[in-house]
Amino acid sequence: MDKKRRDFLKIAGVSTLAGLGGATVAGRLVSGSSPVQARAAHVVDSAAQEAGHGAPKAEAGGHGATGEVAKSGNRWGMVIDMRKFREHPGLAEKVVHTCHSIHNVPNFPDKKDEIKWIWLMEYENVFPEHSHYFKNKELLDHEVLVMCNHCDNPPCVKACPTRATFKNKDGIVAMDYHRCIGCRFCMAACPYGARSFNWRNPRDYIENYNREFPSRMRGVVEKCNLCAERVALGKQPACVEACGDTKAMIFGNLNDPDSEIRQVLKANYTIQRKPSLGTHPSVFYIV
Amino acid sequence: MFEKALKGNNYYWIWLAFLGSLMAIGAFCYVRQFNYGLGLTGMSRDVSWGLYISQFTFLVGVAAGGVMLVLPYYVHNFKAFGRITILGEFLAIAALLMCLTFIVADLGQPMRMLNVILHAQPRSMLFYDMIVLNGYLFLNILCGWVILTAERKQVPPPKWIYIFVYISIPFAISIHTVTAMLYCGLPGRHFWLSAIIAPRFLASAFAAGPALIVVAALILKRVANFDAGKKAIDKMVTIIIYAALTNAFFVILEFFVGYYSNIPGHKHTLQYLFFGLEHNGHVYNNLVPFMWAFVALGIAGVALLAIPYSRKKNEFLLGLGCVMLFVSLWLDKGIGFVLGGFVPTPLEEITEYYPTANEIFITIGVWAMGFFVLTILYKIAVGVEHEIEA
Ligand code: SF4
Ligand code: SF4
Repeated sequence: MDKKRRDFLKIAGVSTLAGLGGATVAGRLVSGSSPVQARAAHVVDSAAQEAGHGAPKAEAGGHGATGEVAKSGNRWGMVIDMRKFREHPGLAEKVVHTCHSIHNVPNFPDKKDEIKWIWLMEYENVFPEHSHYFKNKELLDHEVLVMCNHCDNPPCVKACPTRATFKNKDGIVAMDYHRCIGCRFCMAACPYGARSFNWRNPRDYIENYNREFPSRMRGVVEKCNLCAERVALGKQPACVEACGDTKAMIFGNLNDPDSEIRQVLKANYTIQRKPSLGTHPSVFYIV
Repeated sequence: MFEKALKGNNYYWIWLAFLGSLMAIGAFCYVRQFNYGLGLTGMSRDVSWGLYISQFTFLVGVAAGGVMLVLPYYVHNFKAFGRITILGEFLAIAALLMCLTFIVADLGQPMRMLNVILHAQPRSMLFYDMIVLNGYLFLNILCGWVILTAERKQVPPPKWIYIFVYISIPFAISIHTVTAMLYCGLPGRHFWLSAIIAPRFLASAFAAGPALIVVAALILKRVANFDAGKKAIDKMVTIIIYAALTNAFFVILEFFVGYYSNIPGHKHTLQYLFFGLEHNGHVYNNLVPFMWAFVALGIAGVALLAIPYSRKKNEFLLGLGCVMLFVSLWLDKGIGFVLGGFVPTPLEEITEYYPTANEIFITIGVWAMGFFVLTILYKIAVGVEHEIEA
């Protein structure tokens, strides 16, 4: 937190305490007019219609304990456009391969040891809350890319007893592999199955070692980090880059109303995974 | 007082040697796991907790169960429990040591264990679990030891110890409540996401812990000439029956919620545990026999405890009933509850879990360690009793 912001919060806190302007602050909080909350409300709302589940509706009304959503600064998010992946067969596999190779994700022969950051799954596995009767053929025939959702309200962060999993101010849910004790509480907590554990030494199973990214040791959890290391340098995540000009994946700042991702979200009907759980994923799907 | 543990007959030493060798095998297997990683277990990405954490969950209950003796004795002044309250406290010590060992055995990076304190995260339930488990362990060691020492000197225990005895009662409840919270606060895991988990845990704990104490008391009567007293045993059996029935009632409630509401997520795990779950043309059912054994042993155990003949006249049947009930609750909480919760996975798939031999030997080793500690503690307690009588 930078100094200015902290000072502001202090002043706001004091004035609330003093009962001066308390109403205004509270009013602001309740109305939740920040762009991120607005988009969350919008998206969740539309998803609710399809899922037919009441909970998200209530949340949109400010009922859900969503935790504070960063209102300023960058707030990273991702749109996955499944239509584009259907148009470009093989693209999804390329995306998976790119991510896994630059991040030194090992490739174990035995499924029991498996580690994955981004992978393909059937539509109904990814969106179990959505109706599956009479699905259109396109959904049936094509698998969906899944990854860590970098939830606004991440259960994995709450579960981690050592803060080895933490949420950055920019919304990226990251991990400190050197702090993780390997209790795997976060794996039980993640409702999206996004986390993997190093059951054994991964280093022998890394096909092409990328020296620019650390490999992990055994006994720790890992997952997609939204390419925090690249984003910090102003680059796009590797998966987005692997999509080239197809625009199958769009990455950007959800807090910036002029960003490309916001335009895409505005122009398309998007859904999130398991919206009723209130985790507020930052990954949106255009089906 | 430790010298009391050093004198014993041959059976005592053979028993300890037997446990000691199981511990040695377990330790050897643990070294293997330490060097290779948890890949030596049957756990996987989908079933990320296995035998270790399920044993831990069950044993927290056994530890908490001891409170069913402490509470009537100290709060309601139920004199008959005078001789065996110490058994409850010592059982809690042994069970908690097992719990903590299971947690360490389950860590991917045990050398970093202290990070839980160094980088404590007060939003994590595991943080509180660590506090209450260690707190309860400390309280039991303190209370057990001070009261036993006073008994030995044949003086009333010091007044201040009662403060700790009373504190230990809510602690006993809290260890199992917080352990339940490890599970029942997780989104997307329908089987665990139930407000009844903590009460259910407590009910099964209040049956399992005392059942083990009754068995121990019956054994001590034969091998160590230590009589807990008919009245005490009878009262405990009453407690066990009520607790076991309450637990059964809670399990039935879970079935009602799942099947009457008919929400798939709430039914799947129950279906998997008790009947087998069909998925893509394959029926997954590796826990079904365990769960029906839980039901059968539970019913048979309660019946044996409730029938006047086996309850009052035949100590073998009484002990058998307690063992059956203990095993039954172990199947429910030490197998089904934790493993079942991972089915189906968050991505609606099913992965079945089979522990490896290495994992099973470590588990047996930890149990042996618990019984080793328990034997020594009980030897001391009984030794003190005999000394007073002499
Ligand atoms: S998807 Fe899972 S791992 Fe990723 S932030 Fe959300 S809860 Fe955490
Ligand atoms: S496995 Fe590591 S990241 Fe996950 S909860 Fe435990 S310490 Fe945190």
